[in-house]
Amino acid sequence: MSAAPLLEIRDLRAAFPGPHGPVEAVRGIDLMLDAGEVLGVVGESGSGKSVAMMALLQLLPPSAIVSGSARFKGRELVGMPRGEIRQILGQEIGCIFQDPLSAFNPVLTIGDQILEAIRLHDRKISTQDAKRRVLDLLASVSIPQPDRRVDQYPHEFSGGMRQRAMIAMALANNPSLLIADEPTTALDVTVQAQILDLLRQLAAERGIGMVLITHDLGVVAGMARDIAVMYGGRVVETGTADDIFYDTCHPYTRGLIAAMPRLEKITEKLVSIEGTPPSIFDRPAGCSFAPRCKLALPDCRATDPSLRPVHRTSVACLRAEEIVAGTQGAVRAEFEKGAL
Amino acid sequence: MLRYLIRRVLGVPFLLLGVASVAFILSQSTKGDPLSALVPERMMNNPEIVQAVEAQWGLDKPLPVRYVVYMKNLVQGDMGTSFNTRRPVARDIAERLPATLELVVAAMIVGTTLGMAIGLLSARFRHSIFDNAARGFALLGSSLPIFWSGLIMLYIFSVQLKWTPGTGRLDARTQAPEGVTGFYTVDALLAGNGGLFIEALSHLALPALVLGWSVIGIVARLVRSSLLDALGQDYVRTARAKGASDRVVLINHALRNALIPVLTVLGFTFAYLITGAVLTEAIFSWPGIGSYAVSAARSLDYPAIGGVTIVGATAFLLANLVTDIAYAWANPRIKVSG
Ligand SMILES: Nc1ncnc2c1ncn2[C@@H]1O[C@H](COP(=O)(O)OP(=O)(O)O)[C@@H](O)[C@H]1O
Ligand code: SF4
Ligand SMILES: [Mg+2]
Repeated sequence: MSAAPLLEIRDLRAAFPGPHGPVEAVRGIDLMLDAGEVLGVVGESGSGKSVAMMALLQLLPPSAIVSGSARFKGRELVGMPRGEIRQILGQEIGCIFQDPLSAFNPVLTIGDQILEAIRLHDRKISTQDAKRRVLDLLASVSIPQPDRRVDQYPHEFSGGMRQRAMIAMALANNPSLLIADEPTTALDVTVQAQILDLLRQLAAERGIGMVLITHDLGVVAGMARDIAVMYGGRVVETGTADDIFYDTCHPYTRGLIAAMPRLEKITEKLVSIEGTPPSIFDRPAGCSFAPRCKLALPDCRATDPSLRPVHRTSVACLRAEEIVAGTQGAVRAEFEKGAL
Repeated sequence: MLRYLIRRVLGVPFLLLGVASVAFILSQSTKGDPLSALVPERMMNNPEIVQAVEAQWGLDKPLPVRYVVYMKNLVQGDMGTSFNTRRPVARDIAERLPATLELVVAAMIVGTTLGMAIGLLSARFRHSIFDNAARGFALLGSSLPIFWSGLIMLYIFSVQLKWTPGTGRLDARTQAPEGVTGFYTVDALLAGNGGLFIEALSHLALPALVLGWSVIGIVARLVRSSLLDALGQDYVRTARAKGASDRVVLINHALRNALIPVLTVLGFTFAYLITGAVLTEAIFSWPGIGSYAVSAARSLDYPAIGGVTIVGATAFLLANLVTDIAYAWANPRIKVSG
C-alpha cells in the first residue's frame, strides 16, 4: 500500500524583501507526512518553522516570495489561485496558532468565530444547525458549559480554554490535515500536557494528519512518528522520532536533546546551546550552525552541508560520520567531556 | 457600567460651573472695553451716560461681586443679557444652536461616510493610484483654510455653475418652517413640505461639504491606518486560515477593530465643530453659534462669550461621555465596573 502522501514538500523556499534584495527565511526544505501521522518540526525560535508552514498555506504577507513545491493530496499548493486555496484552508486543512489570545478576534464571540469557520465552507447550513455544530465542537474539546461559553469573548476564556476553542475551530469542518504551530508554547506546563493529550486523541480518533511545530523536543516526544529538525531555514536532520532521540548525529539536535528538561536531571542545571541563531539578514557562509558548533572545522565555514543519509537519520553535517563513530579528534574530546 | 455612567452624568454640571468660572475670569481679564459695544461712539465722552450704562449692565461693581451675581444667575439658567443683541444670551443660543447643529450633523454625515469609504478603499488598494489620490484629497481637506476652500466652492457651485443657491439657511424671502427640531430640513419634512425641504437641503449642501471635507481627511486617514494595523494582527491570519476572502477579512474582522479608535475621534470632532464651524458659518452667512461667538469676542460681550463657552464645554463633555459609551459598546474587552 503506497498511496500518495498527505503532504509532500519539495525544495520549499520563502524569501522576504531586504535592503539588498530578497532574503531567504526558508532555504529549500523537503518534508513528507502520511495521512493520519504526526510530523514534528523542531528548532529554536527563528529557524523558519512558521514561515515554512505559512508559505505553503499562502498566509505570508504579500511581499513574501515563495517557490518550490508543496503537494497536498497530490494538489500543488504553491502558486494555487487564491480562490482555490481558500476552499482548502479551514476545510481540508485546519490551523492552530501559538498565542490563542491574539489569534482570536477580540471583538467577536468565540461562538461567532467558530460559526464563521463553518459558514465559510457551508453557505447553505441553517443558523440553527450551525449553532448546534458549534456547541458540539466546544463539547468535543472538553470545554465545560458550552452553551454559556459560546457567547463569551476570547478575553473571558483562560489560556487553556482558548486553545481548546482554537482546536475546535480548526476541526470545525473535519480537516484531514492539521497544522499546529507551537500550540502549547503560550501555556503553563500542566495545561500544555492537557492540550497535547487532546490533540493526540482527536487526531487519532479522526485520522487527522498533523504537522506539530515546536521549539521544544519534549513536546513532540511521544506525539510524532517522524521529526524534522530545522536550523537557519533548513532541515538539518530528519528521521523517525526514535532515531532522532537515540541515534542523532547532528550537533544541533544533540544540543536540543541536552536542553530538554528530564526527570532524572531535574536537579541539574538545564544546558542550553550557547549563542543565538543567526538572523536571516546575516547568515554565515558554510554551515549556518558553525558559529555555535563545538565541532566546527575550517571546512564547515566554507561548505554548506546538504542533507544525506548517515547511520539511521538524514543529516546535514560534514562530520556526521565522525560523530557516529565518536572516535576522532575534537569529537572524541567532546564525548569525553560529556558534551555530546 | 450604569453606575459609572450616572456618576459621570452627575459630574457634568459641576464641571460646567468650573468652565464658566474660568471663562468669566479669562474674558474679564482681557484688555479692551466692552463699553464700546454698549455706548455709541459719540457719547463716549459723556461721563453721565457712560456711568448710567455701566450701572445698568452692572459693570460698575467690583469683579468678585459680578462673579457671584453671574454664577448665581447661571445656576438658575440665566446666562445674562448680551451687550450686542440686548437679548437674553440663553435665548440667542437657543435660536442659533439648531442652525449650527444642523450644519455640523450634516458635515459629520458627509465626513464620516465619505471618510470611511475612502479609508476603506485606501487600505484595500494601498499604494495604488486611488490610495495616493485619496491621500491628496484628504490632506487638502484638512489643510486648506476653510475661508479659502469655502469661498472657492461658493464661487464655483453657486456663482458660476448655479447648482446651489447663495448663502443663508433659506432663500431671502422664505419663511422658516415651524418645528420642534430647529433643523430646517427635518422640520420641513415633518411638515410634509417637500419644496421647502429641497430648498433647505440645497442651502445646507455646500457649507456641509466644505466643513465635512476637513472631517473626511481626519476619518479617512485614521480608518486607513487603523485598518492596516488591524490587517497585520494575528486574528486576521486566523481568519485567512479559515478560508476567509479578503473582503470578509476586511469587513468582518479588520473593520470591526479599526472602528474602535475611529469612534473616539468622531466624538471629539463633533464637539470641536460645534464651536469650530466659525469660518464656515461666516462665509455662508449661517446664523449659528460660531458667528455669534465671533461677534461676541470682537466686542467683549462677556455674557455671550460665557454662554458660548458653556455650550462648547457641554458639547465636549457630552461627546466624551457618548464616546466612552460607544467605546465600551464596541470593545467587549472594556468592562467598566461601578
Ligand atoms: N514577514 C517577515 N518579514 C521579514 N522577515 C520575517 C518575516 N516573518 C518571519 N521573518 C524572519 O524569518 C525567520 C524565521 O521566522 P519563523 O519562521 O517565524 O521562525 P520560527 O522557527 O520561530 O517559527 C526569522 O528570522 C524571522 O525574523
Ligand atoms: S557541519 Fe560542521 S559546523 Fe555544521 S554542524 Fe557539522 S560539525 Fe558543526
Ligand atoms: Mg514560529
